[in-house]
Order: sequence, then C-alpha cells, then structure tokens
Amino acid sequence: MAAITMKNIVKKYGDGFPAVNDVSLDVRDGEFMILVGPSGCGKSTLLRMIVGLEDITSGDMLIGEKVVNKVAPRERNLSMVFQNYALYPHLTVFENIAFPLRLAKKPGDEVRRRVTETAELLELTEHLERKPANLSGGQRQRVAMGRAIVRQADAFLFDEPLSNLDAKLRGQMRTEISRLQKRLGVTTVYVTHDQTEAMTLGDRVAVLRMGVLQQVGSPRELYEEPVNLFVAGFIGSPSMNFLPASVDGSFLETPLGRFEVHDERKVAAAGDRDVVLVGIRPEHFEDASLVSEEKRQRGSIVRARVDVTEWLGNEQYAYVPYEAPADLAAQLRALSRELDSDQLRTQAVVALDASSEIRPGREAELWLDTSRIHIFDPSSGENLTRDEERVERLGRIAEESRDAQREAQREAATGGATVAEP
Amino acid sequence: METGRSKALWIVASLLILVWTAFPILWIVMLSFKTPSEIGNVQGFFPQDWTWQNYETVFKTDLFTSALINSIGISLIATFVGVVFATLVAYAIARLEFPGKRLILSFALAIAMFPVVSLVGPLFDLWRNIGLYDTWPGLIIPYISFALPLAIWTLSAFFREIPWEMEQAAQVDGATSWQAFRKVIVPLAAPGVFTAAILTFFFCWNDFVFGISLTSTDRARPVPAALAFFTGESYFEQPTTAICAAAVVVTVPVVIVVLAFQRRIVAGLTSGAVKG
Repeated sequence: MAAITMKNIVKKYGDGFPAVNDVSLDVRDGEFMILVGPSGCGKSTLLRMIVGLEDITSGDMLIGEKVVNKVAPRERNLSMVFQNYALYPHLTVFENIAFPLRLAKKPGDEVRRRVTETAELLELTEHLERKPANLSGGQRQRVAMGRAIVRQADAFLFDEPLSNLDAKLRGQMRTEISRLQKRLGVTTVYVTHDQTEAMTLGDRVAVLRMGVLQQVGSPRELYEEPVNLFVAGFIGSPSMNFLPASVDGSFLETPLGRFEVHDERKVAAAGDRDVVLVGIRPEHFEDASLVSEEKRQRGSIVRARVDVTEWLGNEQYAYVPYEAPADLAAQLRALSRELDSDQLRTQAVVALDASSEIRPGREAELWLDTSRIHIFDPSSGENLTRDEERVERLGRIAEESRDAQREAQREAATGGATVAEP
Repeated sequence: METGRSKALWIVASLLILVWTAFPILWIVMLSFKTPSEIGNVQGFFPQDWTWQNYETVFKTDLFTSALINSIGISLIATFVGVVFATLVAYAIARLEFPGKRLILSFALAIAMFPVVSLVGPLFDLWRNIGLYDTWPGLIIPYISFALPLAIWTLSAFFREIPWEMEQAAQVDGATSWQAFRKVIVPLAAPGVFTAAILTFFFCWNDFVFGISLTSTDRARPVPAALAFFTGESYFEQPTTAICAAAVVVTVPVVIVVLAFQRRIVAGLTSGAVKG
C-alpha cells in the first residue's frame, strides 16, 4: 500500500497538444480517488501515466516515496482493471487470476491458495475452470477484479470498469467494488465519466477539464461548493441551471423574474459586476403552493411559464424556457456542449414534488431556496459565493464517514472469518 | 419448389467441380497401382491387376528416399525459420511505430510479386561461387525469402486484431515485453501462426524451379525435382507408374495436413479480415 503523488504532471502528444496539463494531485494511502470529467479531458491518460503505460512529458510521479517516471509498468507493483477487462482468452479463469502470481514465480501451492481465496471473495469458485469467452459480462468483470486483487499491489487502478455492463449489474458491481476497497484498504484510483459512480464510490473526486484539474474534494463538497461553472455544471443530474442575472441591490433580475436574495454575503460576492450567472440546482426549486409559510420566508418566489413536465413517480421535472442575451446564451451553449450534453435551448430544469399539480403551458408559481444559490462570474466562470468555512466542515465530515465505513467493513470481514472457523 | 431446385443445382455444380479437381488425382492414384507393362497396352481407368509393386520400387530407389528426406528436412527448417522471422517482423509492424515501416511492407509485397524464374540464373551463379550450390541452406534461404512476405502479411493482419490492452494488462501484471509477447500474444495469434506455417510449408514442399536449378545431386535435391530424374526399375520401361506412385507419396502428407487443420486454416484465413 502506498500513497500516489503527482507533481505538475504534463502530457504532451506529438502535435504539442497537452492532454494533461500541470496536474498536481495527492492520493493518500488507502484512499479511493475518482478521476472524472467529460470524454477527452485526459482522465484516462492520467491513469495510464500512473501505471506507466504512457510516458510523462514533465513533472514527477511518486508512488510511496519513490519517483517512478522512468520505471517500467511491471516494476511499479500496481494492478489495473481495464475498460474491456483485457482477460486472456486462451487461459482459464483460474490461470487468468493466477497470471500475475505465475509471473512472480510464486510456488504452486501458494498460487492455488491465493487464487482460491480470491475466487471465493468474488464468488467465482464454480467458474474457475471455464474460459472467459463462456462467461457473462458481470463474471468477466469479476475475473478482471480478481486478477487485480490477487497479488498485494500497492494500488488499484480502474479505467471505467463498469461502462460495459447493463444498468442493473453496474449498480451491483458498484457496491461490490466499494465494499472490496474498504475491506482491503488499498489506495485506489478510479476513472469514470459516470456521475453516480463518482459520487457514490469516491472518498474524494478530482474533476478534470481539457487536461486541467478543476477541483478535488469530497463528492459533497463538489456538489454543494463547486469552484467554478464547469464543476457546478458537470456534477449533478439534471445539471445546475445557470441564469444570467443583473444585480440590483439585494435583488437579482433574471429571465425567470426578479427575486430577492436574503443573504448579505452572496450579494456582496457579486461585487460591482453588472451581469452575473446565477446557479440554481433543479431541486432547490419547489412548487410554491406546496411550501409552508415558514419555509417561504427563507426563499423567494418567481412566476414562470412551464413548457413541459415529466412525471417520474418519485418526483417530477418541469422545463421552463427563457430568453438569454445572445453572448451569454452562446457561452452557456458552449459549456453544455463541453459537458457532453448539447442543450439546444436555454431552459431551466426544475425538480418538483411528485404531488405538485403544476401543468405544462400555464404560468406557475415557483419557490426557490435562495440560501442554496451560487453566483458565478460570467467571464472567468469562477464561483463567487464559495464558502470556505463550509468546505472545511464538509471535508471533516467526509473524513469521519470514510473512517466509520472502513471500520464497519473491517469488522464485517473479521466477523465473517470467525464464523467461518468454528 | 424453388429451394428444392436450387439445391439440386448446387449439388450438380459441386459434383462437377469435385470431378474436375479430383479426376487428375484419382487418375494418378490409379496409375500408381498399375503394372508398368499395363501402360499403353491395356485400356481402362482402373488397373487390371492391383499391385503395390510401384510403391516398393519407389521406396527401394535411393534417389527417391534421399529426395524425400531432403524435402521434409528443407521444408520443415524453412517453415520454422520463416515463421519465427515473420512472427517477429509482423509483431513489430503491427505494434511499433518506426520509420520505414511502410517501406518494409511494400518491399515484402514487391518480393512476393517478383517472378521466381528471373532470380534462378543469378542465384545459380552466386551459389556456385560461395559454395551454397547443391546444399540444404542453398534451398532454405531462397524459400524463406519468398515465403516471408505472405507470412508477414498474414501475421501482421492477425496481430492487429489482438487488442493492445492484452499486452498492457500483461505488463501491468508484471510481465516483461518478451513475456507478454510469448505468454499472451503468441498463443492468441496461434491460428495465424498456424496458417502462415502451413502456407509456407506448402510453398516449400511444392517448389520445383529452385529445386531443379540449385541442386545437382541427391545431397539436396527435393522430391518434385527428383521425380524428373526418375528412371524406374528398368531402363526398358517408361517409369510412368513409379512416378505416379512417388507423386502419391508426396501428396499424401499435404492432404493429411489440410484435412487435419482444415478448420484452423479457414479460421486463420478469414479471421484476419473479419472481427470476431
């Protein structure tokens, strides 16, 4: 087990384009770190540089205390699960899992013991003699995991390991990976473009955009205190609404209407800018008729015409189209394209309670929680209302819950062992 | 109705082609079982008296047995060396970026298109000067150089189909490049290696031009060339039946190899082109 430290890592390809640009990242010993970002953001390249399959143009990569820039992959003692699993089709499941041990020239009985243990852990025991071609997607995935955990690697690296599975299996494997990592306590770096995986698995999440690290933090920090427009838009589904607004005292003038921000600090953050972007998550809206009087006081009410509603059972989405000034509309469009979701029109997505009776085509009263809004600088994209104190508190909470989870998994593991040996 | 008729048509067409291709071989087989005196005297496709006499003659003749040993030895060595070379070259072409990669591929193709006959004369002179004339290496070397292009093209198509992740996975698992190649890539490319080996072997086994031009004695003369020098048991009879027996003897291994590896050859020839 070891920490992984990246110092000013740069990766330039032949044409001089930096796929990864000046990334510094600390993965602590035993931590589950997620690398996330839209396609082409350099997250896989970064992972491949950690494992040594990609050369580092400049910067230092440290595993433990050792600089490994020039060390061959086989000498880094890391194990990796590939997106397409990369199982050896000519070998049985047993030999696939045993492969790293055989290369390390471990004695036969030790190989057998460790492969059997791993197979039990992953419930592969009855498939050990089969070839990968005869296995289902989920089983193949488990074999790939088995090959990764069978030897005592310093860290596990996952390159979008669940993207080839169907939705149901993905959910199961996700919890399985989480449980396994917590139990083994091995440093893990996990690349994904999937929101849910990023939010549920990671102790910390690193968001990349065009090779540049945007923000590293606990999932909750990223969601509640994003540093800029990009992170705010990338994390969360449906994504955060960005409304152009002009500041007028403690009021904001938006395309959805004029509302008061009851927070001095937020208003002050906007400074003397004429135009800002207001970020409001869909779930921070509510049907005004369902909001209690007391809660009403904490937010503001806007009136808007709802275009389409989608009723999902547990909640419903309402879409509110609006007109934005041409330059800001273009900027928002560019942002949404970069986030892999080419939104055709400027519209706000509003998550309402499933019991709401707001109907499409009519004017509706929407309550919004102004204490949760963010204000962004439209030119730099910077979040002007990020609350550093809160960030620190969130970090502490994440740390504590992580330790608690790890403890629970270890107890479960040792508890299971005592039951098994009467 | 329609399917029944088209099926019948297919059967008729297949039979025609079968007869067309199998007839010469059958004829040679039949001739090899006739007595030498029967040729030209008795009419008929089937032998009047079935006899093993020709086969006995053939195996008693030193000319043939030594040629058989030469053929087997030369073909096997040329195939082995050729396929090993081709595997390494094809792997480099499929996996590595290096200057002159296209040049090597087009050169290989050019060699494959070169008329063999035009090289025999110069080679004859050269081999006599450097002492390779009428030796095993004297045949093995040209065989390898003419079999390599086909083998390289077949194999590099194969290697390209193997996902690169396999090899990277092996390297992460602790393998050196050589171990990754030997333990993962070669086994996966086995059908391709097989195909290349069989094609190379056939090329060497069937060659006549080099065999007759670059040899003078039974030190290195392969079977196809030796058959031309065949005299049979007595000088007073045409050795037709004995030659036929010898021809059958050298055809049998080829037929056996093809039958045994039929699936592999077909799989090998097609799987390079189509994914799966």
